[in-house]
Amino acid sequence: MRPGRFLLALALAAGAALCLGAAPPPPVDDSRLLDPTPAPSLADYRLFLDAGGRRPNRGVMPYALNTPLFSDYAVKRRYLYLPPGSTVDYRAEGPLAFPVGAALVKTFAFPADFRKPGEAVRVIETRLLIRKAEGWSAVTYVWNADQTRATPRRAGLRLPVSFVDARGRTRAFDYAVPNVNQCKQCHAQAGELGPIGPRARNLNGVFDYPGGAENQLGHWTRIGRLRGAPPPEAAPRTPRWDDTAQPLASRARAYLDANCGHCHSRAGLASNSGLYLTLEETDPDVLGVGKRPVAAGKGSGDLEVAIDPGHPARSILLYRMASTEPGVMMPQLGRSLGHDEGVALIRDWIAAMPAKTGATTP
Amino acid sequence: MTLPIAWTAVLAVALAGAAGARTIDVPPGPNAQEQLQAALIDARPGDTVRLAAGRFELSDGLSLDVARVTVAGAGPEKTILAFDHQKGEAEGLLITSNQVVVRDLAVENARANGIKSKGVDQISLVNLRVEWTGGPRATNGSYGVYPVASSNVLIDRVVVRGASDAGIYVGQSRNIIVQNSRAEFNVAGIEIENCYGADVHDNVSTHNAGGILIFDLPGLPQMGGHSTRVFHNRVVDNDTVNFAPKGNTVAGVPTGTGVMVMANRDVHVFDNVIDGNGSSAVMLVAYLQSFTDPAYNPLPRDIAVHGNHYGRNGFAPDFAGGPALARTFGGALPPVLWDGVDTFVHPDGASETIPARLAIGEGPVANLRLKRQGAPATGADPQVTPTLGSAVLAEPPAIRLPADQAGQ
Repeated sequence: MRPGRFLLALALAAGAALCLGAAPPPPVDDSRLLDPTPAPSLADYRLFLDAGGRRPNRGVMPYALNTPLFSDYAVKRRYLYLPPGSTVDYRAEGPLAFPVGAALVKTFAFPADFRKPGEAVRVIETRLLIRKAEGWSAVTYVWNADQTRATPRRAGLRLPVSFVDARGRTRAFDYAVPNVNQCKQCHAQAGELGPIGPRARNLNGVFDYPGGAENQLGHWTRIGRLRGAPPPEAAPRTPRWDDTAQPLASRARAYLDANCGHCHSRAGLASNSGLYLTLEETDPDVLGVGKRPVAAGKGSGDLEVAIDPGHPARSILLYRMASTEPGVMMPQLGRSLGHDEGVALIRDWIAAMPAKTGATTP
Repeated sequence: MTLPIAWTAVLAVALAGAAGARTIDVPPGPNAQEQLQAALIDARPGDTVRLAAGRFELSDGLSLDVARVTVAGAGPEKTILAFDHQKGEAEGLLITSNQVVVRDLAVENARANGIKSKGVDQISLVNLRVEWTGGPRATNGSYGVYPVASSNVLIDRVVVRGASDAGIYVGQSRNIIVQNSRAEFNVAGIEIENCYGADVHDNVSTHNAGGILIFDLPGLPQMGGHSTRVFHNRVVDNDTVNFAPKGNTVAGVPTGTGVMVMANRDVHVFDNVIDGNGSSAVMLVAYLQSFTDPAYNPLPRDIAVHGNHYGRNGFAPDFAGGPALARTFGGALPPVLWDGVDTFVHPDGASETIPARLAIGEGPVANLRLKRQGAPATGADPQVTPTLGSAVLAEPPAIRLPADQAGQ
């Protein structure tokens, strides 16, 4: 052994002896992420340092969205993992361009009581979207009762969940872990699987990093993981749906974008409906104003149009959002409960629209 | 091949053929949901997912996203996919991959649609039964079989009962055959909407509110429906009171409609038996609602109707102005009804007149002579003639599916 190597080894050994356990933990397993077969246990990817999946490994960055999808009030923890030396390319529209080997990690959890959100949190599932050479691949891991191990469930699962909500009401329902086809039903545009949330406009907000609050796009740029982004104030921004300082219409459109736009888009699964709810759409007809249903069936609720301006109770869109009946409720996937606050937002938005006197509104 | 250990116990996988196409056997049982969905996910192109006889109690919609897979049961009275306790998803079975065959099974009581395909090429639905077993109810699902935005669609020997919209519905698709099928106790028996090229033949459509509908609607990605042949069908006794939820287009279809063509072109209706339909045997009408889509044409045009056998129809017309018209004609409407509309107003306010070009070989035919699109029949100024129009209209070519399409 050459002297330099020997000294290094000695130093490492001494370090290990001096502070037991301080040796750097093994990094995220890049080859395991890229393997065509999902790992038998979430821990195999080494995305987290602990068995319970709470403490992210090096290179696994937490992030948040300005306006997320509602999922039965589940608390979601989101992380982006990027392989060493790789970067994300900025895109003004659509999801950012992630490098091969990147993984988007999202854990769904429920506190027993939302009035004490930090206590008795039950982690249900952790979903991975992995950018492989041939495209994105989705897999979801379901946590065991001991919260020590998560294993893949390709065919989906229903799990009884119950919690006390912020107003003290007990909510009990069958939570649906999606199967891999269902992942694609929301995550595919024109048949191609991909991320939905992490687009510039929905990431363009402040995150509370350990080192202090900072805009996410700015932070990623500053640490060298995002290329080509303009300063955050020059980038597009999805409003926060719950930021009452924002105009009502902006918040409502942001909510519909996040909760409906992945399917109700020109390349989404509901493209045949002619109802398009992404933020980029501007034509009131395709946004549902005065739009008659095509294949709604009982989802019409005996109402005539998707949005009847000034009349939320006459608007199919609101009726289906408020429903929890399969075949009526929208979104079709991803929720079993109604989202009271989201429904209230859309109700207020439709109520505030000037009522029309045209023939399209009864 | 390898399967997760958990599945080897329940899936008997047999290698078959040099290409390695497999048959994955799935039995009914308490874990049917996960087993069947897993089989649909684990299938590889060329595989058959074979469902044993029995009742599969399912808690969620199923989906298939693998090309060239056949899903086959033991027969539409033997293998039953039962969605009575469905908790999520709108469809019984959703297909999003090309070259799929579903055959020899039943789908019961799906919460919305029975079997849907979206955006696929070559979908064959063969020898199926899709049924809402509680009879006609507004709370039943919408469509029995529902290919949409698809191409090369084969619907053969399919029975649908109880759909609160259309039993057999094909929308925004092209190159379609619906044959040898039976639709009964639905709001609409068979509906071809916003489609390009369809042959609807040798079907029985009975005891629906409306028998066979050829429609085009505004505001959709594929519009301008055309080239449909409706022939050799029995469209008889469509007498179930329309039970569609309001707001849906079919809610406006009069109970007792035989064949209805709305806002479409190059539609040929011939050699059918059309009997016992209280509102009308054949109706040619413009889209009734207002619309904002500048590309939309709401008129039926280039329509041929000939060689049909009409029994007793039009004796109980179920639309505004209908009973008065029937009295005018001595108790029953003539078998063919045209609203006479050839003028509509574009959303920008410009009025356009398009000659209808009709070839109605035998009638009598009642031209209601309504003045404009959207006008109710109460304003009719009817004129009855033995035939109507002598336009020379080339029959749309017979639909041919790709020679390699499975299920033919």
